[in-house]
Amino acid sequence: MTGAVVIGVGQTAYEAAKPHQAIPEMVLEAVERALGDARIGMEEVDAVVTASVDLWDGRTASNIQVTEVVGAVMKPEARVAGDGLLAAIHAAMTVAAGAYGTVLVAAHCKMSEGQHWACSNWAVDPICQQPLGLDFLSAAGLQARAYQARHGPGARHWARVVEKNTRSARASPLAPRGPARSAAEVMASPMIADPLRALDAAPATDGACVLILASPERAKSLGCNRAVALLGAGYACEPHYLGDRDLTATEALAAASRRAYAMAGIERPLGEVQVVECSEAFSYQELLWCEGLGLCGPGEGARLLEDGITVPGGRLPVNPSGGMLGGSPFVVAGLARLAEAVLQVRGEAAGRQVAGVRRAIAHGTHGPAGQHHSVVVVGA
Amino acid sequence: MKWRRRVAVIGTGQTEHTRKRDDVSQQELVREAARRALADAEMTPGDIDAVVLANMELFEGRALPELWCAEGAAGAGKPVLKIATGGTSGTSGAIAGALQVASGMFDTVLVVGFEKQSEGQTAAGMALTDPMWDRHVASAAIGNFALSISQYMAERGVTQEQAAKVAVKARRNAARNPYAHLQQPGLTVEQVLASSVLAWPIHMLEMCPTSDGACALVYAAEEVARRRCPRPAWVRAAATRHDHPYIGDLDRRLVTMRTLRDAAREAYAQAGVTEPLEQFDVAEIYEPVSYAELAWYEALGFCKEGEAGRLIEDGVTAMDGQLPVNPSGGVLSTNPIGASGVIRTAEAALQLHGKGGQRQVPGARLALVTGYGVYAWSDVLILSSDPG
Repeated sequence: MTGAVVIGVGQTAYEAAKPHQAIPEMVLEAVERALGDARIGMEEVDAVVTASVDLWDGRTASNIQVTEVVGAVMKPEARVAGDGLLAAIHAAMTVAAGAYGTVLVAAHCKMSEGQHWACSNWAVDPICQQPLGLDFLSAAGLQARAYQARHGPGARHWARVVEKNTRSARASPLAPRGPARSAAEVMASPMIADPLRALDAAPATDGACVLILASPERAKSLGCNRAVALLGAGYACEPHYLGDRDLTATEALAAASRRAYAMAGIERPLGEVQVVECSEAFSYQELLWCEGLGLCGPGEGARLLEDGITVPGGRLPVNPSGGMLGGSPFVVAGLARLAEAVLQVRGEAAGRQVAGVRRAIAHGTHGPAGQHHSVVVVGA
Repeated sequence: MKWRRRVAVIGTGQTEHTRKRDDVSQQELVREAARRALADAEMTPGDIDAVVLANMELFEGRALPELWCAEGAAGAGKPVLKIATGGTSGTSGAIAGALQVASGMFDTVLVVGFEKQSEGQTAAGMALTDPMWDRHVASAAIGNFALSISQYMAERGVTQEQAAKVAVKARRNAARNPYAHLQQPGLTVEQVLASSVLAWPIHMLEMCPTSDGACALVYAAEEVARRRCPRPAWVRAAATRHDHPYIGDLDRRLVTMRTLRDAAREAYAQAGVTEPLEQFDVAEIYEPVSYAELAWYEALGFCKEGEAGRLIEDGVTAMDGQLPVNPSGGVLSTNPIGASGVIRTAEAALQLHGKGGQRQVPGARLALVTGYGVYAWSDVLILSSDPG
């Protein structure tokens, strides 16, 4: 047990662009939904943890703009500059520490206002790598190639991840209204980082996600009877240089999930968890992350999909929300996965609900080729 | 204090701070501070459970710098996250690390704050806080402070000479700190007031410098702290307040400094402090400009409103005064932004560890730490030799 529960969830719709909203307005929408979901007022929020990355916002201290809408005026706030799930784990630790009874966690990104790949080039070592043009896209191309060489699954396997997730996204009221893509369409789309094609990459979108965490005692005193517990959490960072890593081994993800599972008392996730929401910024990553999460052995991610285990209606559906390929923005993605996992446990994931969910896994990542990973297990 | 378990600082380390460290990369800068903190705690990288980094990366035009720099803090394969809240980044990182240990998730956390301002243009970076107002008026820290200070002077009667004395005290203290950036031991009030005006009434020599540097500290849970450290610096309080961003929405910002006032009240209540001037043995406060230190004296309850000038004139906060404020030389002498708040915390811990060298306050047992960031955001920590 982490000692924290989720008492409220709020997400904006995820769209290719939100020209009608500035970032604070977008975040406010998610804040109001989360407070409404928790049935509490802002005065019940003790502290705030935000997640945003300055370069993607084109602003210094990008939490300044949301201070008022997240209710942090004259309250404690900290910003985790990274994926939103990491912010949620940090928030859970502040609750577990006994510092706060309730913490609001807010992640935002407007990918439409920046250039994602260009920004990601500034997130790699500036001396040896940045001048070469390495970014999250080219790093993913190298990882996909290594994965293919090591374990065999190739373009036709991971094209089916796009097919599955874009189809699932159409059932989600929050996902951008896009067409379901067939594997053939994916494989016919332009090559962008060999062997990855345009439709293998998650689309750039805008949106915000807000969760409200509380201590079990505070949740009870607030009368929240739909609280979902954070049963376990872990995160870890791999070395930075691609050559120092085995890109097919997902060591940080394995470490993060080991920690989360140990806390949650999970030995074999495939039999003990009913749904997984992972952050697949690229199609092949869903297969690789399934391996890192211990749902199967190394190189068996494609088999899980082919055997119908991770599809909707399968034994362990992965990304019934549509995942990142279904439209969750950078930074927000991990927190949105947690929001989806919570809704699944509550049985309130309209249109995308998996039957009989008792425990769910949420996963977030950032950095080139999944350098950093966060894992949370939630349950009733 | 209502934390689940006790947490202490058991090791500190920092780089020499200077205008330009072009002999090291950011990752190497982080490593320099982290290695010194680990050595001070007599620990190896394997003894660290998790890492918190603090840095304002856009000042250097970077993104997600922890991905590259975490290895400098022994972070490869470990839980790593980065905290960024403007000037308070360092104290927010210090609070984050303490809470992570208090939560029971980790027994040891290494916090490293760093900034290489020489690789960027901080004033330009600060003007990027807001595209509607700040970017057009290029207000940044100096312009915003000048407006608030004018109001503070008018209302509280603080004089330019009194403010200059703060800068003189800071630089005199910095001369006894081998890590401090500005070494100006002989600085006089006349020299401060004769230096160029950046934005009235702020003179060049009473504003914080632009520094490169890093600072690290090691936190440990009680059991580890007692085993490893002869004189742990226990975290007895931590409080944070943020506020409205626009200067026009927050009247008399520096005069009331309500974020610092309220954060201090909360922290004092946590640690049982009722008479700060009497009870604290040393304070490391985040004063980006001379006048701020005077305003902070009032917000922190060292004196009544309007009496801060007397405090500096009477030497109450000098090294040999009743409550030495910033024996390190403070932010006025050293400002590697993301590191500055970690430096405050580490310097306070150093005093309780009894390792202050020439800047040691004899017998220091209770220390106050503050952070200041962005638009009057405040952090307050209290460290004590008494676990409570």
